[in-house]
Amino acid sequence: MLKLLPLIPLFPLVSSILLMVTLGKMPRRVVAILGAGSVGLAAVVTVLVGLTFMASGQPHHQVLWTWMRVGDFSPDIAFYLDGLTLVMMSVITGVGFLIHLFSTEFMEDDVSFSRYFAYLNMFVFAMLILVMADNLLLLYLGWEGVGACSYLLIGFWYQDPANGAAARKAFVVTRIGDAAMAMGLFLLLTELGTLDIQPLTEVAKSKWQVGDTLPLIACLLLLGGAVGKSAQLPLHTWLPDAMAGPTPVSALIHAATMVTAGVYLIARTHELFLLAPIAMLVVAFVGLITSLMAAFTALNQHDIKRILAYSTISQIGYMFLALGVGAWAAGIFHLVTHAFFKALLFLAAGAVIHCLHHEHNIFNMGGLRTRLPVVFWSFLIGSAALAALPLTSGFFSKDMILLQAYKLPGAGPWLWVGGLLGALLTAIYSFRLVFVVFFGEAKMEPDKLPGIRMALPLSVLCALSIVGGWFALPLSSVFPATGDHHPSHLVEGISIAIPLIGLAIAYLIFLGGQLNVEGLVNSSGGQRLKKFWFSGWAIDWLYDQLWVRPYKFLALILKRECVDDIYNTIVSFSQFLFMALSHTQTGRLRWYATSMVFGLILVIALLQGVIR
Amino acid sequence: MDGVSIPLDHVLLLSALLFICGLLGLMMRRNIIFILVSLEVMLNSSAVAFVAAGARWGQADGQIVFMLILAVAAAEVAVGLGLVLQIQRRFKSLDMDDANRMRG
Repeated sequence: MLKLLPLIPLFPLVSSILLMVTLGKMPRRVVAILGAGSVGLAAVVTVLVGLTFMASGQPHHQVLWTWMRVGDFSPDIAFYLDGLTLVMMSVITGVGFLIHLFSTEFMEDDVSFSRYFAYLNMFVFAMLILVMADNLLLLYLGWEGVGACSYLLIGFWYQDPANGAAARKAFVVTRIGDAAMAMGLFLLLTELGTLDIQPLTEVAKSKWQVGDTLPLIACLLLLGGAVGKSAQLPLHTWLPDAMAGPTPVSALIHAATMVTAGVYLIARTHELFLLAPIAMLVVAFVGLITSLMAAFTALNQHDIKRILAYSTISQIGYMFLALGVGAWAAGIFHLVTHAFFKALLFLAAGAVIHCLHHEHNIFNMGGLRTRLPVVFWSFLIGSAALAALPLTSGFFSKDMILLQAYKLPGAGPWLWVGGLLGALLTAIYSFRLVFVVFFGEAKMEPDKLPGIRMALPLSVLCALSIVGGWFALPLSSVFPATGDHHPSHLVEGISIAIPLIGLAIAYLIFLGGQLNVEGLVNSSGGQRLKKFWFSGWAIDWLYDQLWVRPYKFLALILKRECVDDIYNTIVSFSQFLFMALSHTQTGRLRWYATSMVFGLILVIALLQGVIR
Repeated sequence: MDGVSIPLDHVLLLSALLFICGLLGLMMRRNIIFILVSLEVMLNSSAVAFVAAGARWGQADGQIVFMLILAVAAAEVAVGLGLVLQIQRRFKSLDMDDANRMRG
């Protein structure tokens, strides 16, 4: 069964190529079956492979062929299957299939139906390559592949220039991180002589000591790539704008899978990070600060998708926090549960947008509880999991992260307090969303109801969002075991109580109205703070001032090149000659006759030797 | 040959004077009729030179060429008058400076 492994990325690839070469000439029904079916098949094969793997428990290594051979360096096209890969593959194909199914209804009126599925299948292929890769070079291929597909899908509705700008922004910003990551790969290759992940970690452990400079640099460079892809500070600015794409794309790429690639990368190279404790601390603080900043921003947005985008940034911050404190399994666990409930939330948001004439502003919605019951329950369950209410999947993963953070000697309790503050904010903004959109009086009437192809993925994801945290992931063989001594009951109690407090606050402010914050918000300081948070801590403005404007100014200066002057002189000289000679063409017959006479006189004079 | 023969120099001088008259007329007149007349004068000045030269060397070539020039002048006048009619019709004037649409 393990031999079937290469089939998993093959199905989406074949489907994508078929959809590309037929140029949208296939009937929609065939496109839908091909697009969603190929990912469904991949999911089935993943289950088969997974069952076989779970039975043996041994990592499986499969070389397909040698990619290229340059001197001593010969990376293979090879797959490596262990618990981490299996978890990622299950999320990608499983959640991916549900989102594809949802898309067949969401996008059914779109003119570019076939192009959409071609891109989406290509994305699934690239993402699978990313997680299955046995060496970092192949991983990088998948990494760039998902970046390209993300670009194509953000700018899917390319007729609107704003969408194109958002796609470009995503591409350029992640490119900065990718450049850092490429440098990290070069460093690893020159220092350790290989990019195959398993030998690489062995060599690194034997060659480097804990606390050396080289692993620190390598880890920070890899972190650069992870930060770009996973939308963490300081390269997070692209994700909110990436919401310009279709909503299922946001669910698949910008919530469930691609943005967690950074988390996967760090988890995959965790042996390297263990050699660089400073890098791990940087990871933890990047995660914590990002998560808090994004949570404050999410609290002030009114576009339903932007709220979810900032919430994604915030939740990935939690995963980084977990990785930074060495709770690798907790980070991946949160990745999985987050993939469930955030995909659910995005799809539910997509259903709301689909049924409400593409309305995005939550304050124009309201009272949808009775009108769209399926969506309401999906949103409620998703928000409960996002807020980490007890017994939902998000509760287990977030709780695990917070407890592990608390146990970290030194900065641990501070990280824990920061994480709790983030959890409180998460609960407030997620239930603000639920209360504003689904309760209160109705402001808009839905013009259609979600069909079975929308309701089914929502129901499955609902179930997964609840029970997804009840089972242990097969990660114990991948990551070193973390100490299992439990902190005091007080610590546990607090982390259970915080989301409930957040829920209560959200209820009192946005539904019950007992807690009136109008005065606070409308004071001049409150207004200014609100505007500041609404703009995402003015980071877009800062980058515009720091990078974009100076770059444009430089480009303006450098537009005039001195090498061009030579060619420009030739051009202007011939233009001058043209102007001068065209003046002699007066159109007057007498003038021509006279000039001929004088010309003749001149010629005769020359011939006769009068002029010498 | 009997009688007083006119020296060749005089005839050539006359021819040159006629040619210059015609040339000046061509360069200075604006009316197309006068330009054509000037052209005729220039043609005939060269014809005089041919006739005189033919007489001087006692050969018939000069007179043959004179006949040719007559034919050319007739043809030229036919074309020229056609042009005059067209120009009059298009520009409502015979002033050649008005027909300057091909200036650069």
